Amino acid sequence: MEWFTTVLYLLGATIRVSTPLIFCAMAGLISERSGVIDIGLEGKMLAAAFAAAVVAALTGSAWDGLAAAVLVGAMLSLLHGFACITHRGDQVVSGVAINIIVSGLTVVLGNAWFQRGGETPQLQAEQRFMGVIFPGTDNISHLPLLGPLYVKVLSGQSLLTYIAFLLVPAVAWLLYRSRFGLRLRAVGENPAVVDTAGISVDFLRYRAVVLGGILCGFAGAYLAIAQNAGFQRDMTAGRGYIALAAMIFGKWKPLPALYACLLFGFLDAGAPLLQGVKIYGNTELPVQLIQALPYALTVILLAGFIGKAIPPKAIGRPYIKER
Amino acid sequence: MTAPAPSTSTETAGGEPAPAVELIDIDKSFGAVHANRDVSIRIAKGTIHGIVGENGAGKSTLMSILYGFYEADRGAIRVNGRPVRIRSSKDAIAAGIGMVHQHFMLVDTFSVIENVMLGAESGMLIQGGIKKARAEMQRLERDYGLSVDPDAVIGDLPVGEQQRVEILKALYRNCEILILDEPTGVLTPQETDQLFQILKALKERGVTVILITHKLREIMAITDTVTVMRHGAVVAERKTAETDREELAVLMVGRKVRMAPDRARARPGEVALGVAHLGLTDAFGVKRLDDINFSIRAGEILGVAGVSGNGQSELLEVLSGIRPPTTGVMHMLGRDVTADKPCSPKRMRRLGVAHVPEDRHRLGLVTGFPAWESAILGYQRDRAYGFGPIINTAAAARDCGKMMEAFDVRPQEPNLGSAKFSGGNQQKLILAREMARMPKILLVGQPTRGVDIGAIEFIHRQIVAMRDEGTAVLLVSVELDEILALSDRIIVMFQGRIVGETTGDRADERQLGLWMANAHADGPEAPPPGLPPLLAPELSSRSGKPGGRPGALPPGMKIRPRK
Repeated sequence: MEWFTTVLYLLGATIRVSTPLIFCAMAGLISERSGVIDIGLEGKMLAAAFAAAVVAALTGSAWDGLAAAVLVGAMLSLLHGFACITHRGDQVVSGVAINIIVSGLTVVLGNAWFQRGGETPQLQAEQRFMGVIFPGTDNISHLPLLGPLYVKVLSGQSLLTYIAFLLVPAVAWLLYRSRFGLRLRAVGENPAVVDTAGISVDFLRYRAVVLGGILCGFAGAYLAIAQNAGFQRDMTAGRGYIALAAMIFGKWKPLPALYACLLFGFLDAGAPLLQGVKIYGNTELPVQLIQALPYALTVILLAGFIGKAIPPKAIGRPYIKER
Repeated sequence: MTAPAPSTSTETAGGEPAPAVELIDIDKSFGAVHANRDVSIRIAKGTIHGIVGENGAGKSTLMSILYGFYEADRGAIRVNGRPVRIRSSKDAIAAGIGMVHQHFMLVDTFSVIENVMLGAESGMLIQGGIKKARAEMQRLERDYGLSVDPDAVIGDLPVGEQQRVEILKALYRNCEILILDEPTGVLTPQETDQLFQILKALKERGVTVILITHKLREIMAITDTVTVMRHGAVVAERKTAETDREELAVLMVGRKVRMAPDRARARPGEVALGVAHLGLTDAFGVKRLDDINFSIRAGEILGVAGVSGNGQSELLEVLSGIRPPTTGVMHMLGRDVTADKPCSPKRMRRLGVAHVPEDRHRLGLVTGFPAWESAILGYQRDRAYGFGPIINTAAAARDCGKMMEAFDVRPQEPNLGSAKFSGGNQQKLILAREMARMPKILLVGQPTRGVDIGAIEFIHRQIVAMRDEGTAVLLVSVELDEILALSDRIIVMFQGRIVGETTGDRADERQLGLWMANAHADGPEAPPPGLPPLLAPELSSRSGKPGGRPGALPPGMKIRPRK
């Protein structure tokens, strides 16, 4: 039954590792469907993680930490919007600028406030979003297969993880069933249509971008005060970009994007299992190679297997009336 | 929108109903371009009102102001006698104004019904809106004969149906005033007829229709009243029943002073460029060029007149090798170019065909390059500029300096960014580049578009000088003055065909205007007014050797034997 334990471990880890990716991918999806490139996912998530850890450490409440993370994510989105919606700046440049600023600022502020080399104080269990134990685990755990699956995979995840998975149908519903979603998809395809229909292009895009920022806040909070017990410098480690890739891999659609997030999460979760594996008799697979695997696969998948992904037509272009 | 004005203003003194739309002294500038000058128009309720004018006369700008896409610098708008302030399309829609744009405002990936309801959904969720829109669309189909499958995806529909969706969009918002901007430009004759049926149905139900067009046939066919615009101003208002195409054509084109540069009579030599049965069909199956026949001799200028978008751009693209023709043959300097034997722009250039493109920013130069780089584009493989991958920047810059001096390009700085030069100077630089190697054929498109007056004269002199040197020049221009001032012979294009031909000294603005508007033809399907002989008699008699290859070419055309 050793393989079964491994499978359980893999499934649980995949879900945990995928959670921030899902939040970020949904954030990017909403923003990009409105026509605004969101390469700043990474920075917003990192800033949110920092804010969550700091506030949770200071107030002792995980909920305060989450609120702070959401606030910071939304504020950075407003900055992005101000640069590239109001002032029609380049969306990629603005996003990269946010990433760079946040990467430096979190370390500087963390050092100034806590003197721990950019880290925030270790959080106690009550300051974090700990695993939610589902009812009836004791009664079910003895069942073969189903029992351990329920106890170890479905139950015991962080509240934020459940929110992430519920978020996907919610975003799909928003996008395809609500008036806001209809207008959002329209503005990403052809903003002039929205303008001539008497709807403000800028306000619509602002709302989309801020919504994305809020979701980045959830992603950051999960990293800092659910999965980990505090902030470490550059703790997002490229997850924002992976989420962006997952969203593109999912062709800007919620459900396919979720699958892509799970795939990338699975690769990430599985990497440690390959450590120490011997090939060709005595040669160990280099750790670096294993760690690079998810990223390498991302490149390969994006380059070769994604098929034709058609982005929203107006993406990356600021809306300027003709002339 | 402002509050309703005192009730006295809703009716005029005589008691007749207030006009549906009243534009009062509308003025609008885009930078230096004065698009509308104190335009005042009154449009009676329940009529079809036409606004005609050449390209750039300010018709579309005016209507975009009425629809709230732009805001006027000055002026007032009244709808049904009440003053309204229209700052965005939202205000216009609220005032009962709808617009069918020239480039449809539709989301290609959405269904018809989604497009119709966008911005006018009846609640936070789209489910209810879809239901309501479906019922409303059925009613509109009954009332106006506007049938479109509500679940079809826009991108899959032919343009005629897309346009119907645009009209449906406006009607769904209860519009009482419908603006159509050049609605027939993309339609087949059959679709145009259907559109006119719909417009008549709208009129019967009290909708006021404003039709922007440059096609006089349509004005005569469907409007009640017509406003003629020229250079951003209203030049005339007429009841359609009391005017005719000829009067409108003259008003539209205007009696302008003809600037005739000093030039000697052309001394045409051998035929340098002959085109027979040339046709071009685009990816959508639309015939952009249809049975084009003409020839140009060395040392003469052939002017191609026409309202823009009637195939002149495509003609230049085909002649310069950018696109191969679909049918027909081009005999260029002893070489035959056909669909099977295309000739790339590079080889064209080697043959001695130079091209000054219509759109200098898209095809003429690279705005991000310094001037010297733009000045060698297309000739960068010239041995004078180095060999292989290496460019002799000093030589190129030196040449650019010479060109600038010869063509009076200011400032005379080869290292300055191409974008930093004014339109006229950019154009002079391109002309210098294309003329520097003494081409045998020079294709020139809109040589003075957006060019200041001083440069226009210079450019015209240079073109005439090239002709005098023995170059065959094809000049495409929407400026009739320019065509008249420079051309030895003139052809007029309409919907991809040559509908008229005359010589420079016999050309008459009125006649050309009528041809440009295709005012002679009674319907789009009617044949063009009997094609005049391909060459003016005095020219063909001078050629000495009439005929060329029997069969392949129209009479009077001579082709140099192939090497």
